[in-house]
Amino acid sequence: MGVEGIGARVARKEDKRFVTGKGKYVDDVRVHGMTYAHFVRSPHAHAKVKSIDISEAMKKTGVVAVLTGKEIVEDKIGNLICGWMIHSKDGTPMKMGAWPAMAPETVRFVGQAVAVVIGETRNQARDGADAVEVTYDELPAAASITAAIAAGAPQLHPEAPGNIIYDWHIGDQAATDTAFKSAANVVAMDILNNRLVPNAMEPRSAVAEYDSAEEHFTLHTTSQNPHVARLVLSAFYGVAQEHKLRVIAPDVGGGFGSKIFIYPEEMVALWASKRTGRPVKWTSDRTEAFLTDAHGRDHLTKAEMAFDKDNKIVGLRVKTHANLGAYMSLFSSSVPTYLYATLLSGQYNIPNIYAEVVSVYTNTTPVDAYRGAGRPEASFVVERMMETAARKLKADPAELRRKNFITSFPHQTPVIMAYDTGDFNASLDAALKTIDYAGFPARKAKAKSEGKLRGIGFSCYIEACGIAPSKAVGSLGAGVGLWESAEVRVNPVGTIEILTGSHSHGQGHETTFAQVVADRLGISVNQVSIVHGDTDKVQFGMGTYGSRSGAVGISAIVKAMEKMEAKAKKIAAHHLEASEQDIVIENGEFKVAGTDKAMALANVALSAYTAHNLPDGMEPGLKESAFYDPSNFTFPAGCYVCEVDVDPGTGKTTFVNFVAADDFGRLINPMIVEGQVHGGIAQGIGQALLEGAVYDESGQLLTASYMDYAMPRADDLPSFKLQHTTTLCPGNPLGIKGCGEAGAIGSTPAVINAITDAIGHDKLEMPATPSRVWHAIHMKQAAE
Amino acid sequence: MSTIKLTVNGKAVSADAEDRTLLVHLLRDHLGLTGTHVGCDTSQCGACTVHIDGRAVKSCTVLVGQANGSKITTIEGLSKGDELHPMQAAFRDNHGLQCGYCTPGMIMSAVDMVHRHSGKLDEATVRQELEGNICRCTGYHNIVKSVLDAAGRMKVANAAE
Repeated sequence: MGVEGIGARVARKEDKRFVTGKGKYVDDVRVHGMTYAHFVRSPHAHAKVKSIDISEAMKKTGVVAVLTGKEIVEDKIGNLICGWMIHSKDGTPMKMGAWPAMAPETVRFVGQAVAVVIGETRNQARDGADAVEVTYDELPAAASITAAIAAGAPQLHPEAPGNIIYDWHIGDQAATDTAFKSAANVVAMDILNNRLVPNAMEPRSAVAEYDSAEEHFTLHTTSQNPHVARLVLSAFYGVAQEHKLRVIAPDVGGGFGSKIFIYPEEMVALWASKRTGRPVKWTSDRTEAFLTDAHGRDHLTKAEMAFDKDNKIVGLRVKTHANLGAYMSLFSSSVPTYLYATLLSGQYNIPNIYAEVVSVYTNTTPVDAYRGAGRPEASFVVERMMETAARKLKADPAELRRKNFITSFPHQTPVIMAYDTGDFNASLDAALKTIDYAGFPARKAKAKSEGKLRGIGFSCYIEACGIAPSKAVGSLGAGVGLWESAEVRVNPVGTIEILTGSHSHGQGHETTFAQVVADRLGISVNQVSIVHGDTDKVQFGMGTYGSRSGAVGISAIVKAMEKMEAKAKKIAAHHLEASEQDIVIENGEFKVAGTDKAMALANVALSAYTAHNLPDGMEPGLKESAFYDPSNFTFPAGCYVCEVDVDPGTGKTTFVNFVAADDFGRLINPMIVEGQVHGGIAQGIGQALLEGAVYDESGQLLTASYMDYAMPRADDLPSFKLQHTTTLCPGNPLGIKGCGEAGAIGSTPAVINAITDAIGHDKLEMPATPSRVWHAIHMKQAAE
Repeated sequence: MSTIKLTVNGKAVSADAEDRTLLVHLLRDHLGLTGTHVGCDTSQCGACTVHIDGRAVKSCTVLVGQANGSKITTIEGLSKGDELHPMQAAFRDNHGLQCGYCTPGMIMSAVDMVHRHSGKLDEATVRQELEGNICRCTGYHNIVKSVLDAAGRMKVANAAE
């Protein structure tokens, strides 16, 4: 592998700028003549906008302009879109209500923008916004799934009667019902997957400039996918033409899905820069982020799992209601359908699955992909069911899982996915060994003698990553292809630039992508620069989400490298008077195998650019590009085991041990992979114990700051013990499966399974706060 | 408007700012020191942590008038030229950062933490002391490792001086 090649724990190239304060995030961008935007937002969850009086605001010092939904309509700016078509059971298309960037008539969630004030300074814009007088006619609100589907519920969109967006299903209902009839045991559960707020530490931000002479826009924005942003802003919103819009996503401070989407604020900033003739900066504050960044999860599920007399699963039936909020965000429709129900087979042989998903509008912030996006919800259903089943069937939870594991591959599940490879026994065994499962009864007894309730919980997760084969997702309703692009530019001196359509917002691509190149050529990572995040520099690409940058983004780089290397070998062979088949690449040189004849990469590159002596007919230059479209999803999988102590007096949960054994296929930089797992586990534990977006009945978000929404802090979490087992993904050149989301998918059920094991009571909602755990303990005692 | 005089990273600076200006905005908007970040509005996340007269303070809790006359160190002033401060080096070496947004505040808090505990730190203490700094990427695992590693390096560096 070499010290800097594939598999090496190379320290990150990007870190020097981050540890010295030299990172360049969007809010750090300052341009001449820049103004600041501040939005006027609805305080009501559901209301008609009666009037907007901007006269006092316009008198305020430093106010440049006040713009409202009326001007958006005037300028024929398009509504926000959802780019994934889902059809209901009856074949009708999903019911999408209109989402204007600033509401001209009706507001449907607290925080929805109705106007924007452009000011000379941040404070002047804010003062102006305070002076905008908006009068509303309040309407009754439906702030939860239950409220939205109740008889007589307030109706959000005329397009969606009963607030139902779609009523979708997957699997074979009749076969599943038959399997249940013959079952020896059936386990049924109601499962609530709590609503979360992604909370990347860098709030969303935009700096928009318009050049009237060139009719050209430049937008710096916090995006995980700048090309997709440019496409949507031009093709759908019509703010700018695609070739007249440069989107730059520089250093971006975390995303976790929330920066995939194209939001109203960035669009308004871009539009306002032309309308006012001044550059416009907008930066979200944290409460705006809570109110307007797409939220995650929020499912209500009824699930039943049927077993035969040998404890083999014979069927799974699931009915889920998913809350999509007040409007359909960019990929919202796909999250509770194709990213969720297709993973309900978990790691298990389940011959019959039938799942129904009803997505509903509510007067809350729109919901879309958040780390894992549908797969954590699926994993939570399957793994809570398995653990609860083990308790009901009086089976060991590890052995019940093992008995039902899929062991031969490829494996076609009843819910679309075809698992290509895996070894679920290997990750289970690694986890059991690391946590010393055999010693658990003794540890539990000791904890009991100390007045603590000890519990252990498992989670054997699987996810579909490497998103995604374009043809397959196209057939399922996706509005885009999900390939990735790469360009390799070898400079005349032999240094290399890789232009990638992937985007790094913490994942360390500048290092890992360089390692792949260094490994192939036998050069240092310092000879390689990774260029990303600028639509003027990089060819069209799809960005980073769905754990795709390794499996799809690196695969595109490999493909481009192969093309470049083939040409370079021809050049070297020509100079070395050898056959190109005999040329091998080692330590930065092109060698004739078995001889001491060699030509350094720098000389090959120089020769390509001087073009004085190239093979007949060869074009000058050494630059190749590739588009890579995966043939299948990838299937990272693993086993997480969590051991906790619960204090029966306070209900407080303390971690004793947390083990994660993952199979991600080939690891490029294990240090970075481990970091991804740590962060994912923290978010999963956050969901299990701490985090929850809470709305009151009127649709006010009660958890709209860090004072009210419990972000995991250092002393809420343990150190984690990680293991890796490996089966290489057969679908891409390096065998990569992806690691970005696993932690958030695998950890949550393990924690809840551990706590419910400790307290001996299966009914426990998330977040499992000390109060909830204490009540669960006492409910159990009362029941006894 | 007031004229604020400060020593920032060893240099005397003066700026005219509205009285309601927060120190973090003075640093970022007036002095161009954008390494200090804003992550919340409620002094919870710690991304804005700087040193005021040697103590770690969240610069979003300080009005510029309150800071007038003080000596401020920001993340940009921590390294000696190209030589990273041991805390900065430890964060890099232990992969104590991912997106980098919370990192300047983490590092400034951690340096103060090591000083206050005279370098004697264990995992539980570091975790408790980091309560005022939120990171969404790392799960804190490698941040804790970084701080413990740096505490050792700073002890060695102090002994050498």
